[in-house]
Amino acid sequence: MTAEITTEKARIGAPSIAGFTEEGEGLVAAKVDHTHNHGVTVMSSRAERLTSFNVADFPLPTGREEEWRFSPVRGLANLLSDTATDLDPVPAAGYTVEAPEGYVRAPLAPGAAPRGTALVPADRAAVVASANTDEALHVVIPAEAEPAEPLRILVHGAAAGHRSNAHFVLEAGANSRSVVILEHTGAADHNGNLEVIVGEGAKLTVISVQLWEDDAKHLAQHDAQVGKDAVYKHIAVSLGGSIVRLNSNVRFSGEGAEAELLGLYFADAGQHLEHRSFVDHNMANCKSNVLYKGALQGKDAHTVWVGDVLIQKQALGTDSYEKNQNLVLTDGCRADSVPNLEIETGLIEGAGHASSTGRFDDEHLFYLMARGIPEDVARRLVVRGFLNEIIQKIKVPALEERLTDAVERELAASEN
Amino acid sequence: MSTLEIKDLHVSIETEQGTKEILKGVSLTIRTGETHAIMGPNGSGKSTLASTIAGHPRYNVTSGTITLDGEDVLAMSVDERARAGLFLAMQYPVEVPGVSMTNFLRTAKTAIDGEAPKLRTWTKDVKAAMEKLRIDADFTQRNVNEGFSGGEKKRVEILQLELFKPKFAVLDETDSGLDVDALKVVSEGVNRAHAEGNMGTLLITHYTRILRYIKPEFVHVFVDGQVVEEGGPELADRLEEEGYDRYAKGAGAATIAAADAAVQG
Ligand SMILES: Nc1ncnc2c1ncn2[C@@H]1O[C@H](COP(=O)(O)OP(=O)(O)OP(=O)(O)O)[C@@H](O)[C@H]1O
Ligand SMILES: [Mg+2]
Repeated sequence: MTAEITTEKARIGAPSIAGFTEEGEGLVAAKVDHTHNHGVTVMSSRAERLTSFNVADFPLPTGREEEWRFSPVRGLANLLSDTATDLDPVPAAGYTVEAPEGYVRAPLAPGAAPRGTALVPADRAAVVASANTDEALHVVIPAEAEPAEPLRILVHGAAAGHRSNAHFVLEAGANSRSVVILEHTGAADHNGNLEVIVGEGAKLTVISVQLWEDDAKHLAQHDAQVGKDAVYKHIAVSLGGSIVRLNSNVRFSGEGAEAELLGLYFADAGQHLEHRSFVDHNMANCKSNVLYKGALQGKDAHTVWVGDVLIQKQALGTDSYEKNQNLVLTDGCRADSVPNLEIETGLIEGAGHASSTGRFDDEHLFYLMARGIPEDVARRLVVRGFLNEIIQKIKVPALEERLTDAVERELAASEN
Repeated sequence: MSTLEIKDLHVSIETEQGTKEILKGVSLTIRTGETHAIMGPNGSGKSTLASTIAGHPRYNVTSGTITLDGEDVLAMSVDERARAGLFLAMQYPVEVPGVSMTNFLRTAKTAIDGEAPKLRTWTKDVKAAMEKLRIDADFTQRNVNEGFSGGEKKRVEILQLELFKPKFAVLDETDSGLDVDALKVVSEGVNRAHAEGNMGTLLITHYTRILRYIKPEFVHVFVDGQVVEEGGPELADRLEEEGYDRYAKGAGAATIAAADAAVQG
C-alpha cells in the first residue's frame, strides 16, 4: 500500500472561495488535508450536474462524458436503452421483501409522493430505470420503530442479458433505528434506483450487497435525503457481476445530520466495479465520512472510485472526510481513484480527502514470512485485514460472516 | 545441540548508483547455548548480516554459505528459515495494518510448530509472556506493531522470541530506544528464552549497557563489512572506552566518520 498508481483531480479550496472571514480562512488552512491536491483542474462544479425525470434530457452516453469516462459504455447498451423490464420468457429479475407487517405500503407511481423527494435521476441509467418503473416498492419504517431484525430486499436476476428496472422508496420514520439489506444475486441487466428518506433523529443503515453471478450487469443510483440529527450509513459491497456501477449520493434536509458512505469491492479478471459517491453539504453543521476500499486481481480487473464532496456556501460547520484505498494484488489491473472536494465556505470544521492505490507491500510480507507464515497465508492475512475494516462496520454478524467467506473465496481463486 | 555457521559471506545490494558490496567475507559460528555480541559502527553492515540470515530479498549473497546443522539456509525461503528455527528481532519492526496481534501470533505459532497450539494453554502462555514483558493486555487486539512506540515494538519482538522458541535468535539493536526499566525487562526475556531451551543468540548492539544483563561469551568487532577482531566480554568494555578508531586505519576515512556517529548515537 505504498506506491500511488492513480490519483487524479483533487479540487480543494477552489479559488472561488469568496467573502470568508479571517477566522474561516484559518480553519481551512488548519484542517483541510492538502496532501492530494494536484492542482485545480478544468471541470464544472458538481452543483451544475443535470438531474431530471425526463429521459430526453439524457442522451445515450458516448463514454467521453465526465460521469461516464471510466465506464465500459459499449457493454451497457441494453441497460441504457429506454426499455421496459423484459418479461419473456420469465421476468428478468424479481424481488422479495422481508419486513415486519405493515411496513410495505402500496406501490408508488411516477410522481406520487414521496417518490421523487430524494432521488431525481442524475444520469441516463437512473432516468430510464425511473421512467420504466410504474410501480415503485414503498417501504416505511414507522416513527420510533426499532425492528429487531434487519429488513431485507432480495433482488434475484433470473435471466442474464435481459433487462430489468427497479425503483425502491425507503422511508425511515423519525427516531426509528433500523438496518436494511438490499441483496443482489443471480444474473440480469439490472437497472435499480434506491430512494431513501431518513426522518428526523432516525438511524438507518442501508447495506447494498452485490453478489451477482459472473454474467450480471448492474447500474444503480442510491440517493438519500437525511433529516435533522439523523444518522445515515450506506455500505456498498460489490463482489460479483461483470459490470457494476453504483452511485451513492447524500443530501441533507436538516442540520446536525451525519452520513457515512462506505464501500468494499473485490474485482477479478475482466470485472468492472465502479463506485461513485456524492455528499452534498447543503446544510450547516452536518458531518460526512466516505471510505471505500478495494482489492484487484487478474487481467483487466478494473475498479473506479469517484468521490465528490461539495460544501456549499451555507454549510457552515461542516465536517467531512473521504478516502479511497486500493490494493493491487497482481499485474494487469487498473484502479482509478478520483476525489473531488469543492469548498464554497471557509467556516467549516474540517474537510479532507485521501486516496492511495498500492501494491501489496513487500515489507509486510517479509515480516510475516520471517515469523514462519507461508507466503499465501501471509497475503491472505493482509488482504483480509485490509478489507475487514469495512466488513466490521456492517454489524450484522450473519452478513459479516457471509461476506468474509465470499472474500476468502475471491482470494482462494487468486491462487489458481 | 545445533550450529549456525556463516562462512566467508559476501553480500551486495542494488542501489541507484549500481551494485554495492556491503558484507566482505564474514565468518561466524554460533552454537546453541552461546551468546555472541556483534559491535560495530553505523553502516558497517550489522543489519545487513541479520537480514541476510533471515532471507530479506533485498540482499544478494554473491558468495559464501550459511548453514544450520549442515542444512543450506540460503536455499530456504524466508518462512522456511523461520520454521527451521531462525528468528530475527528486527531493528525496525514493520507495522502490518489490518492484522491483529492475536491472529498474527496464533498463525505464526501454527506455522512454526506445524500444528495449531491448544487454544487454552496458548491464550494463557501469551498472557503470561506479555505480563512478564509488561505489555498491556489490550495489545493483542491491536494490529501488528501499528502505532506501537519504539520501545513497545522491541518488547513485542521479544514476546515473539519467547513464544516461538527458535534455535537461533538474531537481536538487531533490540536495546536501542529502550528506557532503563524496559532494557531490564527485555533482557530478562532473552535470558528466559536462553535458560529454557536450546537457543543460541547473536546480539547486535552499540552499547555495553545491555551486556550487564545479557552476558556474551564472545564479542565480535564489525567494521566495513568484516569481523576485524574477536574476543571475550572484556573486548566490549575496551570498545566502549576507545571507540572504533584503532580499526579505522586500514578501513579508511568513511569508517572513522561512521564511528563518530556511533558514539553520538
Ligand atoms: N538502499 C541503499 N542504498 C545505498 N546504500 C544502502 C542501502 N541500504 C543499505 N545501504 C548501506 O549499507 C551499509 C550497511 O547498512 P546496515 O544497515 O547493514 O548497517 P548497520 O551496521 O546495521 O548500521 P546501524 O548501526 O546504523 O544500524 C550502509 O552503508 C548503508 O548505507
Ligand atoms: Mg543496523
